[in-house]
Amino acid sequence: MMPFAILGADLPYWTQSLLRVLGGAVAVLLPAGTIVYLFLFKMMSFMQSRLGPMEAGPYGSMQLFAEVGKWLQKEDISPTRADKRVFRLAPLVVLMSTFLLVAVVPFGPDAYFTDFDAGVFYMLAVSSISTLGILMAGWSSANKYSLLGGLRAAGQLIAYELPMVLSVIGVVIQAGTMNLQQIVVKQNSDSIFGWNGLGFPYILTQGVGFLIFMIAVQAELTQTPFDMPIAESELVSGYMTEYSGFRFLIFFIAEFATAGVFALIASVLFLGGWGVPFAWFDWAPVGGGEIDNWMNVGGPLIMFTKMMVLTGIIMWVRFSYPRFREDQLQRFAWKVLIPVSLINIMITAILKVAF
Amino acid sequence: MLFAADIEVAQTIGFGIIAAFMIAGALNVVLSKNVVHAALSLVMVMAGAAAQYLLLAAEFVAVTQVLVYIGAVMVLFLFGVMLTRAKLGKDTDLNNDKGWAFGLPISVLLLGVMGYVLLDGFKDTKISGSGEGRIGSAANVLLSDRIFSTYALPFWALSFVLLAAVIGAIVLARKD
Repeated sequence: MMPFAILGADLPYWTQSLLRVLGGAVAVLLPAGTIVYLFLFKMMSFMQSRLGPMEAGPYGSMQLFAEVGKWLQKEDISPTRADKRVFRLAPLVVLMSTFLLVAVVPFGPDAYFTDFDAGVFYMLAVSSISTLGILMAGWSSANKYSLLGGLRAAGQLIAYELPMVLSVIGVVIQAGTMNLQQIVVKQNSDSIFGWNGLGFPYILTQGVGFLIFMIAVQAELTQTPFDMPIAESELVSGYMTEYSGFRFLIFFIAEFATAGVFALIASVLFLGGWGVPFAWFDWAPVGGGEIDNWMNVGGPLIMFTKMMVLTGIIMWVRFSYPRFREDQLQRFAWKVLIPVSLINIMITAILKVAF
Repeated sequence: MLFAADIEVAQTIGFGIIAAFMIAGALNVVLSKNVVHAALSLVMVMAGAAAQYLLLAAEFVAVTQVLVYIGAVMVLFLFGVMLTRAKLGKDTDLNNDKGWAFGLPISVLLLGVMGYVLLDGFKDTKISGSGEGRIGSAANVLLSDRIFSTYALPFWALSFVLLAAVIGAIVLARKD
C-alpha cells in the first residue's frame, strides 16, 4: 500500500482506510446532490418554465433539503403480495453497484480508492450489477407495471452494455493498459506530434468512441431518450412504482450518483482525468514530491469540474429529447452503435500497429 | 517463530467467511421453494466465487466472473424466468424428490474428484499475498500473452464454437 500522501502526511493503514470509505461516500453523495439540485431543480425548471423549485428558501436554494425531508418522513410501504425480502434488498443492490463503480476512479496521484489493474474491465463488469437490482425490484413488487418496467430495463441495459464495452476498447488499445490511473498518466504525458502543451486527451482520436460511450451511458442510466423502463405515461414509474419513502430515495440517489460516476469515468477515459498536461510543470508523472501533493488536492476539483460539464450534457439531452420507442431503441443499439464501435476498434488497432 | 508465521491470517479468515456464505447460498439454490430466490442465491454463490478469485490474486478472472456470470448469465436467466413462470411465494412442484438416490452419490463423487484434482494439481503452491511478490499488473499481460501465443489454437476453437452458437441462435429465432 502506497503512503496516502495528501499534503505530504504519511497516514497509518486504518486512517487511510477510513479516509477512503468517507471519500467514497462523498464521491457518491456529493455529485448526486449537486446534479439533482443544479440540473434537475434549477436547469430543468428554467427550461420547462416550472415554478415549483423557487418556493423553498431564497430563490429556492433550500429545495434539496425540503425534498430529502419529504422523502424521509414518508411511510415505508411494501405491497401485501410483494416478496418482502427481495423488495427491500433491490434498491440496495442498485446503490451497491454505484459504490463499487466509484472504487476504481482515480482522483489524483495518490487520491484513489484502489489502484486496480483491470480497472476498465472492472468498471464495465460492476456497472452491470445494477441490472440485477432493477430486475429484483420489478419482479418482487407484485405489480404488472413494475414487472414490465423491470424487463424493459434489463433488455435495454443488456443491449447498451455492448456498445459501452466496445467503445472503451479503443481507449484501452491506444493507452496499452486497462488501469485507469495509467490511462490518466498516459494522456497527460503524451504529446501531439511533438507538441506537448495539451497532453493528448483521447477524445481527439477517440471522438467516435466518446460519443458512443456517452450515448450508452445515457441508456444505462435510463435517462430520457432511453427512459422506456420508467416511462411514466404508460408504466406509471416502471420498476420504481411501488417504492416509497427512503427506498425510493435510494433509487433516486443511485440514479444521479451513477450519472456522476459515469461522467467521472468518461472524463478519465477521454478527457485526461484528474491531470493537467504534465509538461506545464516539467513534472515526471506520479513521481512523488510536492507537485504530487498539490495534485492530490487539485485533482478532485478538476475531476469535479469535468464531471459537472459531462453531467450537464447528459441532463441537457434528457430535458430536450422525446422518448425512443422500444423497437427503435433496440435497433439503434444493435444496428448502429455496435457496428460503428467495431469499426472504430478496427481502425484504432490498425493505426496503433502502423504508428 | 510463530507456528502460523507462513499463513496469511486475514486472507484465510476472509476465505472462511466467503466460503460459508457460498455454501449457504448453494444449499438455498437447491432447497428454495421459489425459482427467483434460487436464482438470486446462485448470484450469491457466483459473487462469492469472484471474491475467492480476488483472494487468489486473480483480478482478471474475478472481474470476468462478475461480468459473465452475474452481469450476463444470471441476468438472462432471471429475465427468462420472469418472462415465463415466476410466481411470487411458494411453488409446490419445484423440487424433484425422486432424484435423491442418484443426486447424492453423484454430488459426493464430483466433490471427491474435484477435491483430489485440485489438491493434487497445486500441492503446496503458495501465492505471495502482498508487497513485492504480488502478481498484479504482470498478471493481465501474462494472461493475454499466453492466450494469444501458447493457447491461440484452443482460443480459436472456442471462438468457433461460440460463433456456431450465435448462428444457431439466429436460425432458431428467425421466423422467415
